[in-house]
Amino acid sequence: MEYGFTTAAYVVASVLFILSLGGLSGQESAKRAIWYGIAGMALAVLATLFGPGAGNWLLSLVMIAIGGTIGWIVAKRVQMTEMPQLVAAMHSLVGLAAVFVGFNAQIELARVMRLRAEGIEEVMHGFAAILAHKTPAEIAMLKIEVFLGIFIGAVTFTGSVVAFGKLAGRVDGKPNKLPGGHMLNAGALALAVLFGILYFTGIGSGVFWLVLVTLLAFFIGYHLIMGIGGADMPVVVSMLNSYSGWAAASIGFTLGNDLLIVTGALVGSSGAILSYIMCKAMNRNFVSVILGGFGGTTGPAAEIEGEQIAIDADGVAGALNDADSVVIVPGYGMAVAQAQGAVSELTRKLRAAGKNVRFAIHPVAGRLPGHMNVLLAEAKVPYDIVLEMDEINDDFPTTDVVIIIGSNDIVNPAAQDDPNSPIAGMPVLEVWKAKQVFVSKRGQGTGYSGIENPLFFKDNTRMFYGDAKDSINKLLPLVD
Amino acid sequence: MKIGALKDNHPGEARVAITPASAGHLGKLGHEVFIQTGAGIGAGFSDEDYTKANVTVCASSAELIGAVDVVAKVRQPSEAEIDQMREGQTVISFFYPAQNAELLAKAKDQGVTAIAMDMVPRISRAQKMDALSSMANIAGYRSVIEAANNFGRFFTGQVTAAGKVPPAKVLVVGAGVAGLAAIGTSVSLGAQVYAFDVRPEVSEQIESMGAEFVYLEFDQPTADGAATGGYAAPSSPEFREKQLAKFRELAPQMDIVITTALIPGRDAPVLWTADMVAAMKPGSVIVDLAAEKGGNCELTVMDERIVSDNGVVVVGYTDFPSRMGAQASELYGNNVRHFIADLTPKKDGVIDHNMEDDVIRGATVVHDHDVTWPPPPPKVAAIAAQKPKEKAKVLTAEERRAAEAAAFKADTKKQVGILAGGGLLLLLIGLVAPVSFMSHFIVFVLACFIGFRVIWNVAHSLHTPLMAITNAISSIIILGALMQIGSGSWWVVLLGALAVLMASINIFGGFMVTRRMLAMFQKS
Repeated sequence: MEYGFTTAAYVVASVLFILSLGGLSGQESAKRAIWYGIAGMALAVLATLFGPGAGNWLLSLVMIAIGGTIGWIVAKRVQMTEMPQLVAAMHSLVGLAAVFVGFNAQIELARVMRLRAEGIEEVMHGFAAILAHKTPAEIAMLKIEVFLGIFIGAVTFTGSVVAFGKLAGRVDGKPNKLPGGHMLNAGALALAVLFGILYFTGIGSGVFWLVLVTLLAFFIGYHLIMGIGGADMPVVVSMLNSYSGWAAASIGFTLGNDLLIVTGALVGSSGAILSYIMCKAMNRNFVSVILGGFGGTTGPAAEIEGEQIAIDADGVAGALNDADSVVIVPGYGMAVAQAQGAVSELTRKLRAAGKNVRFAIHPVAGRLPGHMNVLLAEAKVPYDIVLEMDEINDDFPTTDVVIIIGSNDIVNPAAQDDPNSPIAGMPVLEVWKAKQVFVSKRGQGTGYSGIENPLFFKDNTRMFYGDAKDSINKLLPLVD
Repeated sequence: MKIGALKDNHPGEARVAITPASAGHLGKLGHEVFIQTGAGIGAGFSDEDYTKANVTVCASSAELIGAVDVVAKVRQPSEAEIDQMREGQTVISFFYPAQNAELLAKAKDQGVTAIAMDMVPRISRAQKMDALSSMANIAGYRSVIEAANNFGRFFTGQVTAAGKVPPAKVLVVGAGVAGLAAIGTSVSLGAQVYAFDVRPEVSEQIESMGAEFVYLEFDQPTADGAATGGYAAPSSPEFREKQLAKFRELAPQMDIVITTALIPGRDAPVLWTADMVAAMKPGSVIVDLAAEKGGNCELTVMDERIVSDNGVVVVGYTDFPSRMGAQASELYGNNVRHFIADLTPKKDGVIDHNMEDDVIRGATVVHDHDVTWPPPPPKVAAIAAQKPKEKAKVLTAEERRAAEAAAFKADTKKQVGILAGGGLLLLLIGLVAPVSFMSHFIVFVLACFIGFRVIWNVAHSLHTPLMAITNAISSIIILGALMQIGSGSWWVVLLGALAVLMASINIFGGFMVTRRMLAMFQKS
């Protein structure tokens, strides 16, 4: 009777989760979707607490209360520009939780096996009760699942920690590999599989082998993500998102819990698709992104002729006052400088003057998929003037002024013109077709990827040096 | 070489082909310049002016023709003048070879080289010699002045102590050089200007001059002006009907109508019919710049100013450039001397009649006992032809069906392949895996499918919220921890408790930030 109730609750929760993800297809329905997600989660937790296997209520509730408070405070405080770091940090928690749950499963399994071997018919309760009924074949399967859950969880954990460090600027963003590179990863993987086999065969202590596997997986996660450049972080974050889902799914198999399996699969496939979309937006192969660094450079990049011509705020403001149509291309630099508020104010003023102002968002602008949309939304830029690359790329020839705020690679014409460029073939915003382009940039350096940008040398491009926020604020009084 | 300008005896002609200023430039090219006495009087240049510019004044046309190698004129030469010329001499003037076949034949018989200033091709390099454009420019300007002269009101709107004056409404039909000049002049006089042209691509030019383009709603494949060297082509009867209907609608409102519509080598199209004139207000003015070719207005009488029954003035003058002799001579003189400069590439006073040159070839209508008109099309297109829009190759129905069938086949093959492979794999797993596992596995595979389907629909701008929400949902791992926390040793309790803690951070944090983000999205 009780069991039936839990399963029914799980079914409802699964449906709620699916609706929640499906609701994200539109801005308005998304506001409803979030409540589906919350309801689903609440239902799942409650059903589990009341269902079979749960015990130690008090401890559970205390832990949930503490964790919930921490989560609540962090989420309240976090700046929207720090969203990528936050998401990465949260993935690491899921990964670590999966590792712990996996270990618990092994510990319990060992205890049950020992009791069974000693022929003691102790009254089992909770998780152990489920284990006690398992056949040997099922137990073998269980071991594979535990191994996978722990392995993926551990990779997710260290990977996310490194991604967090890179996104937060605490770890150098450049690709950084230990000598040996991918061979080291491959070796670690082989060793982990070997220990896994030893664990299956039951030689020695199971927990011991699992600890070794965990350590190896920690190393793989660390080394893998260290080797990926900061510009590829959108892919990495969504990939880790996917991993945390698969980890949950394999733990679900271990525990025989369908809700875990369903939810894990949903999250896993969601992350996988996001990674795929990101890779396509950068015209990169998923494997080459994961293996780190830019691959496939076939020759020296084309020489760039000309010089970067600087302009001051008066010049930019004059051009803006004369323009009828303006397109703003924000990038990670806008997030770093926290310039979205100033940009929003500028947009408001230009729109009040009857100009057609729009935003062009490249799929990989920023460090998270959709990062720019979130920042602009935070600054109260209406989302119907924020357009995707495909929607706006044809409009650049009829645009008077393009303002580029802290983006670089996504407006690099070399992607189309220079077959030797590391980003050749990546779809880019064709801003250079506009009548005038202003680039707000801190200095003359190259962007995150370290690629020279011929756009800055074009005749219709003017460089507006300075911190993006200060620059835009300087413009505000000059625009009428 | 010796170059001389004849006096144009055509009544009312005030222009001259060489001005004292252009004579100076010709001198620098190494040429010796002559002029028939009194040739510049109409344009305000006396013989002394020419003498001061080192020009030799000849007493008669016969003397001048006898003295020089190149004869420059404004209007086409008369048969008598050609008769006086000798073999090898060159004449530069307007020639209109299409209408003057006999003159061409005569020049050919005489062995005279004839250069027609009206045949200079319309390419960028030849713009400085484009006499038609410079004359049209003057005509356009003068037409407005002529209209203003005949219009009893202000062009500009004014609010005065004595009352309010509305601005005059001017309609310019045909936005070629003359039309655009007329638009510019009318706008600068303060009128409200409307303009019409059959070539839709000139709407931008019209608007740039400050006039409003009169749009005609008509969907036919519009001829690209680039194909005809920038000139208008005859339009279809349906289009003409539409056009006339639009004009009929506009006629009562317009104070001034300036028509400049010409189609090369044809009579001017009648665009302003008698009933439109009748619909106009008394005192309105029509200036017909196409009068020489029959006129765009039905009532136009060539070279005359008439007044219609309802008091509308119709001006049909054809000598607008001559009415501004000084200006016209200056521009025409410059066109001619630029042409001679092209004929004298070495600036040594020796004319090199290079028939390979697009411009010289195009303008030369008789050369070396041969009629060289019409010229072959210039190697350089007048206006860069608009790049043909890349059309997706239209497949025939069979081809499309075949392509679809092939794509379907390939798709099916791929899907069946994946299904077969996946099925086989599952069977292998099923051989070793216990039943309980397989039942969960079904759930897993189905969930993956649902996940793929659902996530594809997520809006791109919501990818960050999606990430946050999936992150929150992935803390479903808390269930595992909750199930374990109550069983077994203190190790299990400890690890379970930690897992619960971390997962709940995630749950609350994840949902919270997602909510914050989503709340920010708002419509304008």
